[in-house]
Amino acid sequence: MGLSPVLWEFLVKWMVNFAIIPPEASRIASQVDALLVFMTLVSLVGLVLVGLLVVGFSILYRRERNPVATQIEGSTLLEATWTIIPLGLFLVMFVWGSVLYFRIYTPPPNAMNIYVVGKQWMWKAEHPGGQHEINSLHVPINQPVQLTLISQDVFHSFSIPAFRVKREAIPGRYTTVWFEPTQIGTYHLFCTQYCGTSHSAMIGEVVVQSAEDYKKWLNSSTSGTSLAQNGERLFSSLSCNACHNGQPDSRGPSLANVYGSKLTLTTGQPVLVDEAYLRQAILNPSAHITQGYAPIMPTYQGQISEEGLISLVEYIKNLNSNYRVQQTLNTTGLLPEQPVTPTGKAGSSAQGVAKP
Amino acid sequence: MSSTILNLPDQSTATVPKRNYLTNENGLMSWLLTGDHKRIAILYLISITFFFFIGGALAGLIRLELLTPQSDLMASDTYNKIFTMHGVIMVFLFLVPSVPATLGNFMIPIMVGAKDLAFPKINLLSWYLYLVGGGMTLAAMITGGVDTGWTFTTPMSTHFSNTNVVTTGLAVFVAGFSSIFTGLNFIVTIHRMRAPGMTWFKLPLFCWSHYAASILMVLGTPVLAITLVLVVLERTIGIGVFDPTKGGDPILFQHLFWFYSHPAVYIMILPGMGVISEVISTFARKRVFGYTAVAFSSVAIAVFGFFVWAHHMFIMGVSNYAVLVFSLLTMLVAVPSAIKIFNWAFTLYKGSITFETPMLYAFGFMGLFTIGGLTGVFLGSAGTDIHLTETYFIVAHFHFVMVGGMLMAFLSGVHFWWPKMTGRMYPEKISQLAAVVTFIGFNFTFFPQFLVGMLGMPRRYAAYPQEFQVLNVFSTAGASILGVGYLLPIIYLLWSLKYGAIAGNNPWRATGLEWQIQSPPLTENFTTIPIVTQDVYDYEWLDAQKEHEVTHVG
Amino acid sequence: MSDSHAIAAAGEHEVHEEHPPYLRHHFVSMEQQTETTSFGMWLFLLTEIMFFGGLFTAYLIYRNWYYPAFVAGSHQLDIFWGSLNTLLLICSSFTMAMGVWSAETKRHKGLVWSLIGTLILGIGFLGIKTIEYTEKYEKHHIPGHNFDWKGFTNPTQEEIAKGDKPLAPDMAQKTEVYFSLYFAMTGMHALHMIIGIALLCGMLFKALRGGYMDGHIAFVENFGLYWHFVDIVWIFLFPLLYLISRHQ
Repeated sequence: MGLSPVLWEFLVKWMVNFAIIPPEASRIASQVDALLVFMTLVSLVGLVLVGLLVVGFSILYRRERNPVATQIEGSTLLEATWTIIPLGLFLVMFVWGSVLYFRIYTPPPNAMNIYVVGKQWMWKAEHPGGQHEINSLHVPINQPVQLTLISQDVFHSFSIPAFRVKREAIPGRYTTVWFEPTQIGTYHLFCTQYCGTSHSAMIGEVVVQSAEDYKKWLNSSTSGTSLAQNGERLFSSLSCNACHNGQPDSRGPSLANVYGSKLTLTTGQPVLVDEAYLRQAILNPSAHITQGYAPIMPTYQGQISEEGLISLVEYIKNLNSNYRVQQTLNTTGLLPEQPVTPTGKAGSSAQGVAKP
Repeated sequence: MSSTILNLPDQSTATVPKRNYLTNENGLMSWLLTGDHKRIAILYLISITFFFFIGGALAGLIRLELLTPQSDLMASDTYNKIFTMHGVIMVFLFLVPSVPATLGNFMIPIMVGAKDLAFPKINLLSWYLYLVGGGMTLAAMITGGVDTGWTFTTPMSTHFSNTNVVTTGLAVFVAGFSSIFTGLNFIVTIHRMRAPGMTWFKLPLFCWSHYAASILMVLGTPVLAITLVLVVLERTIGIGVFDPTKGGDPILFQHLFWFYSHPAVYIMILPGMGVISEVISTFARKRVFGYTAVAFSSVAIAVFGFFVWAHHMFIMGVSNYAVLVFSLLTMLVAVPSAIKIFNWAFTLYKGSITFETPMLYAFGFMGLFTIGGLTGVFLGSAGTDIHLTETYFIVAHFHFVMVGGMLMAFLSGVHFWWPKMTGRMYPEKISQLAAVVTFIGFNFTFFPQFLVGMLGMPRRYAAYPQEFQVLNVFSTAGASILGVGYLLPIIYLLWSLKYGAIAGNNPWRATGLEWQIQSPPLTENFTTIPIVTQDVYDYEWLDAQKEHEVTHVG
Repeated sequence: MSDSHAIAAAGEHEVHEEHPPYLRHHFVSMEQQTETTSFGMWLFLLTEIMFFGGLFTAYLIYRNWYYPAFVAGSHQLDIFWGSLNTLLLICSSFTMAMGVWSAETKRHKGLVWSLIGTLILGIGFLGIKTIEYTEKYEKHHIPGHNFDWKGFTNPTQEEIAKGDKPLAPDMAQKTEVYFSLYFAMTGMHALHMIIGIALLCGMLFKALRGGYMDGHIAFVENFGLYWHFVDIVWIFLFPLLYLISRHQ
């Protein structure tokens, strides 16, 4: 941005050392900081300008020095100047900030997905390989990571200042955010939306690890069942497979390859099948009936927890026949080796998300 | 300090005029059943000061807790109740009515040349509604408190909080109608009761600001009212409009709530800006630079202010395109405020400036509101908002504009019009000291909060990581200084009621109809309705007046 | 600028012009008083529009999301009562307008009878609302603990004959949202009716004792505005709540 990279790095180091900004630990952090520095400079200039005008005029035109005021109506030129210049600067910040915003909330196709459920008063992270963590989040360095967030009760907000990202966790629907960690270390994780008694205690750590350390951690923390496997179990225990059994005359549409596809509903409306859609379809099926099928699916509202829903969603994602291939392409080197289960389905962690 | 413009009558012979609005009638009932806008203004002044100190005490408790990283001074639930009550009281019972209900009520009829507001009885009703709302809030506080935050976020407020949400919600509902009726009165008065010759562009900018704020009060507050009704219904009988398990949407609450609460911040600041226009003009002896621009900027802020509410919701999962629109509009709404700041600064150019207390507060306003406003731009830009929102950066931002801006403007106005309202001068030296102490204390309290917010410290936290402690200690230290700065005026203003110098009609040699009548004014303000021929801020006309016509008493 | 009269000198008194006794002294003329009072009333009605606006917004969004549930819920309301209520209110607006005219033309009996007519029609409206609400209570359609949505998954023969389809359970549950809005909107409207009726009683009482015959009719005129406004809100509520997808 017109500032030599060396100077910029020096400035950032100085700001981090003097605890003016948190460490820059994600790829987007320095971009956000660049805009913050720009805004601070503009604000300083503005403040100094106003300060100089006020102080300067007060000294030059104090009563002893200027006993009679000169009545001035105004100046259209000045009005135009201090309308257009601030507007111009604000519009620059608008464009710059909007670009950043889109970047922070639009994950790249190779981002691995981790689910996070917020509840009073803890964060539960669910890795696709079945690893669960409470109030902490282990992520590998230099790998884009998408978080799919939801709350089980009230609004929470998942904040990682060192990554410059934050997203609300809302009851009733998924929200997402992504980041790419660029520095190994441990960073603060905060809940930043007031959520009741222990809001201040809903904090934790984000641990950025090297690829090997992350693999070791995955291996040591797994419960043995991936989310998709758990989902498969639920799929049969909740009798989903009674209708969604993949037979040609089944009462419910086959779910193989449905994730990422475009469906037409009975209303004629086309929808993209993403995590949010799948979750809604399980809880409010009658608003999401695939064309050609009857609205007979019962609702599971109240019968299944958010973790259960996450497992089911992962399972359905896993039914994409090319899903496992994509996993391998995206996450080679990260995944712990897992045996293939007898049904031939991939038991490995579904760590890549094929975004259509 | 330079010599003042103070123009007092001969103190050895002057007395406060015997017949004035304070002495016209006696007895408690004459106050409690008054229709006189000036008495109502005084009633409001006493009430909001009372609530300000309760809110301030709560703030003191917050800062005490935050001295240490642990949540050790009080239970978490108690802390949550304290910051909630602090917010509710300060926003709804202090900031919203502060300038309009006290200085606006007192001055607007006089400034337009009328004998009272359009609807005196509704004005009185407005005060009683305020008292009921305030009383209900206190009742909620005493019988267990509320812990949802002043923003009543659902589903926390509807399903998860075990505190007096319903009482507080209804209290704010009632206080909201107080605000609506005040705004309604102002709009009608400014439209219909201007004296002959008082055209729109001869109105003091104080009136323009209040007019703009009143539009917001009248159109925005009802939406808050219905939103609170829905929250109360959801909480009591479980109707489900905001409950995701029943098909409702908590984000709908956010839209409805912020649709009022964003214009609310302009309701709070616009009247303060009106005060600044009057004060800077008077103490620079100059008409406000760019009168038309400032007048139209006030209205522009009100209009644009209705279209930016979702900038409080950028990270809540609203669509990216909605974010684009609201971010753009937020940048647009920042521009009229910048225009005003520069116009005020240039009012000083070639003026004849003195530094009495109101002017000191006005300078404080200009610096602190500039910082607060610019940090608003940090937040209006969506990409940086992600990092800064929900942290202490936000807390610092709104305290800069509301306390550094609005409260300073309020104090400026109270000091400026104190001689008019009471007939007495406040003591200049100690009040200047208080202004400086307040300014210093304020900066110590709230500037560190920008830093700690930038570092990521979330708001509404009773406990925080160790590394944030130094900044928090600074902030608390500043708060203690700030408290002194606010206590001093209570003491010396009360003192001045008995011992202050006799003010005379126009101690500041200011323009404006209110300075042409006696101090304190007659109940009917004017014995004859004035016919206005001179311009607004017409210092040349003023200087041409004979000395005694301007400054005589009574 | 040199001969400004803006300074009000103490001790001068204006010539006391002829004016009606009910001119409030902060107004300079009757014309100002009536215009100001009328302006204030219109502005107040504008705030009322914003007040109801929040409910209409919620209705808009949820009808969009849960249309079948709204259809089913709407069909539970009795068109007969709704239409009758609409007729009653329109007539009461007419009688109120007659009342304002009577006051303006100093017709005492006209005013009294018009107010009585408005009052009866208004009370009739509330009576019918009570009947409707009672029916809702009996059918367990009041949102909250006892809300019964199961009936919507299994409509009766009668209902099917009228075109009702059975709803899937999750959509049937959304009828609670419909009824929440129904009660919130008609309830808020009914509250405004009750306030109006109370004011109407006060006016009637004063009219019976000969009031409003001296030209001091601002209260009657402005109350008329309020009453028409409450009527207009109902004119919007009726089709939005009662007439969703009725095809017969």
